[in-house]
Amino acid sequence: MMAEYTEKIRETAKRLLKDGKVDIFIGYRKGSVPMMNEPVSVSDPEKTGLLHWDSNCGLNLCNYLTKRTDRIGILANGCISRNIVTHIIENQIKREQLYIVGVPCTGMIDPKMIRRAVKFKEIHAVEEKDGRFIVKGDGFEETFEKNEFLQKNCATCLHRNPVIYDELIGEKVPEQEGIEPFRDVKKIEAMESDDKWGFFTRMISSCIRCYACRNACPLCYCATCFVDEAQPQWLGKSSDPTDTMTFHILRAFHCAGRCTDCGACERACPMGINLRQFTKKLNKDALELFSWEAGLKEDQRPPMDVYKTDDNNDFIR
Amino acid sequence: MTDKVINKKDWAGVLKGIRNFYRVFVPAREGDFHNFRALEDETMPNFDFFNTRLSPKSVVYPQSERMFECLNDPENPEKGILKEAAKDYTPQAVIGIRPCDAQAFQIVKRNFDNPEYRDPWWVKRFESTVLVGLGCNSPCPTCFCTSVGGGPFQEECLDAILYDLGDRYLVKGLTEKGKEFSSKLQGGAPADEKAGKEAKALVSAASEKIKAKVPIDKLGGKAVTALFNAPFWDEVAFSCINCGTCTFLCPTCWCFDIQDEVCGKQVDRIRNWDTCMSPLFTLEGSGHNPRDKKFQRVRQRFMHKLKYYPDKFKNGIQCSGCGRCVRYCPVNIDIRTVAGLMNEYKEK
Repeated sequence: MMAEYTEKIRETAKRLLKDGKVDIFIGYRKGSVPMMNEPVSVSDPEKTGLLHWDSNCGLNLCNYLTKRTDRIGILANGCISRNIVTHIIENQIKREQLYIVGVPCTGMIDPKMIRRAVKFKEIHAVEEKDGRFIVKGDGFEETFEKNEFLQKNCATCLHRNPVIYDELIGEKVPEQEGIEPFRDVKKIEAMESDDKWGFFTRMISSCIRCYACRNACPLCYCATCFVDEAQPQWLGKSSDPTDTMTFHILRAFHCAGRCTDCGACERACPMGINLRQFTKKLNKDALELFSWEAGLKEDQRPPMDVYKTDDNNDFIR
Repeated sequence: MTDKVINKKDWAGVLKGIRNFYRVFVPAREGDFHNFRALEDETMPNFDFFNTRLSPKSVVYPQSERMFECLNDPENPEKGILKEAAKDYTPQAVIGIRPCDAQAFQIVKRNFDNPEYRDPWWVKRFESTVLVGLGCNSPCPTCFCTSVGGGPFQEECLDAILYDLGDRYLVKGLTEKGKEFSSKLQGGAPADEKAGKEAKALVSAASEKIKAKVPIDKLGGKAVTALFNAPFWDEVAFSCINCGTCTFLCPTCWCFDIQDEVCGKQVDRIRNWDTCMSPLFTLEGSGHNPRDKKFQRVRQRFMHKLKYYPDKFKNGIQCSGCGRCVRYCPVNIDIRTVAGLMNEYKEK
C-alpha cells in the first residue's frame, strides 16, 4: 500500500505543478537514516519523483504552512489535516491557497519501540511491506507487525482519515474502534498531588531545552515565544529545573483546545521525553468540558475564544 | 610499563577505586540511551553502548555555568561588585569517551585556548581532565570519523585508551596524564602480547566497518562568498524547525550566551550553551536581526563547521564525525549530504 501511495503522490504532485494549480508541493522524501523521512517542498514537476510516503512520516507538515503567501499543494493525513483546519481558523493560512492531497493513514511506527524490540542493536535498514517491518542490522534481521509498533498517539487515534481535502490518494481507511484514548491520563489524574509533581519532574529531568518539541509543533508559531521574551523575561535561560518545568507547563497550556495529538513533539525530542502526557490531559479536559476536539470543523471557533450566553459553565455566564 | 589487562568482572571495583583520585565520569543507562554521569555509589556504569546521546562536552563546558556573582543588597557596601564564582577544578576522569568525542575537545580547544584568546574556565577544567577512551568495536552507519582525520581507535586526542577484548579490557596509557591514571588503577595484570594482538585485530575490523565517506577535500579551495551565495541553502533549510538539537548534541559546538539572573539579593552571571539555530542568537538590541531568516541560520551552522573554521584554524573541519546530528535531527537534515553539496559546488 505504501508503494502505491508513493506512486499516487508523485503523480498527483506532478499534475498539480504542471497544471499550475500550485506553486509548490509539500511532502516527504525518504530519509538518509532508517525510520526517518524529511519534509520537502518541490516546485519543479520533474522532481516530484523524490516524494515518498511510508510509516515514518511523523513530522507534521502543517508546520511549513505558517504565513506562506503562495499556492501550496500539501499532503495531509488525519492529524495534519486537523492542524491545517486549526491553522485556517487561527488565520495562519487561507483555505483558498491550499490544495490538500488527503492521505488515509494507518499510523506511524514508533522508532523507540523498534529499537527496544531489537535490544538497542544498531539498525541499518527498515523495510516496510504488507503491514510488516523487516528490521536489519549487523548480523540480525527481525520482522514485526506494524500494528504492534505504532506511535502511541497513532495507536489511540480516532481520526485517521483527513477531515478536509481536495482529493484523496486512496480509499478511506476504517477508523479504529473500541479505543480508550485517555487511559494514561487517568492514571496520572488518580495520583496524589505530590506524586503527580514527582512524575512530571522525573519525566522532564533529561530536558536540554533545545525546544525541538515546541518547534516541531504546528501550533507554536508565535512571532516571539514567551521563553524568548527579554522584556519582561518570563523565564531564565539556564538549565534550572524550575525554568524547564515552567516552559513545559506553559507550552502545554498554550496548546489547550488546539492540540491534535499528532505526536510530532515526542517524535522530535532528542531525549525521548513523553511530552504528550502534558498535552493529552488538556485534550481530555477540552473534550469533557467543552465537547471539543481540535481541528475537526472549519466553521467552528475553538472553545478558548468563544463566548456563549448558554455556556454550560456558570462561572462565565 | 603502565599498560594493563583488567578482567571485566573486576571492572566495577576498579572504577570504584579510581574514585579516590578523580571525580569519575562514566557512561550510564538513562532509559533508552546512555549519558556520561558522575560515578557515585548509586551510579550503574554501563559500557555496553555505541555512543552517549549527549556528548561529554559538558564535563568541561557545562550547559549552564556560573561565571560571576554579586549582591543586590542596598545595605551591603559590596553591592553590585562582581566576583568570580567559586569553581571546582578537582581532577576528573572521563572513562569510556569515544575517540571522536575526544577529538572534539581538541577542535574546541583551538577556539577556547589560542594565542589571541584563552577561556580561563574551559582551559582549567580541560587541564584537570583525563580522557580515557574506549575504542569503537562497532562503529555505526552514521559514523564518519575516518573522513575527518579520526578513527574508531584513534589515540591522538586521548590520554589513555581501553580496548574491549570481550571478557577483559586492555588499558593503554598514552600521555603522562594517562599513564598516571593507569598506574592508579588497582589490580589487573601487565599487558601481554596476546592482548596486544587482539587489540590490533579489533582496530582493523572496526575501520572496515566505517562505510560513510564525507567529501571535504575541495572545501578549502572555494571562495567563502561563492559558498555563502550558493543556490542550495533554501532547499537545505526547508525542513529545519530551528531547534537546538544539532548544536546541543554536537561535541564541537561551543557558542554560549551570558545571562544575569537575580534571585532575592543574589545575582548570578551565567553562561549557557546557545544555538545559532535560534533567531534570538543574533537578535540585536536595536531589534535588527542579521540572521532573521531560517536559511541564513542553517547556512551559518554548516558554513561555520565546514568553511569558516577550517579557513581560520587550518586544521580540519569543526566536526569529529560522531554522527549525533545525523541521527537525532528531528527532520533528517544530514551534514554528510550538505558537505557533499558544498564540496561539489561550482560557481556559475
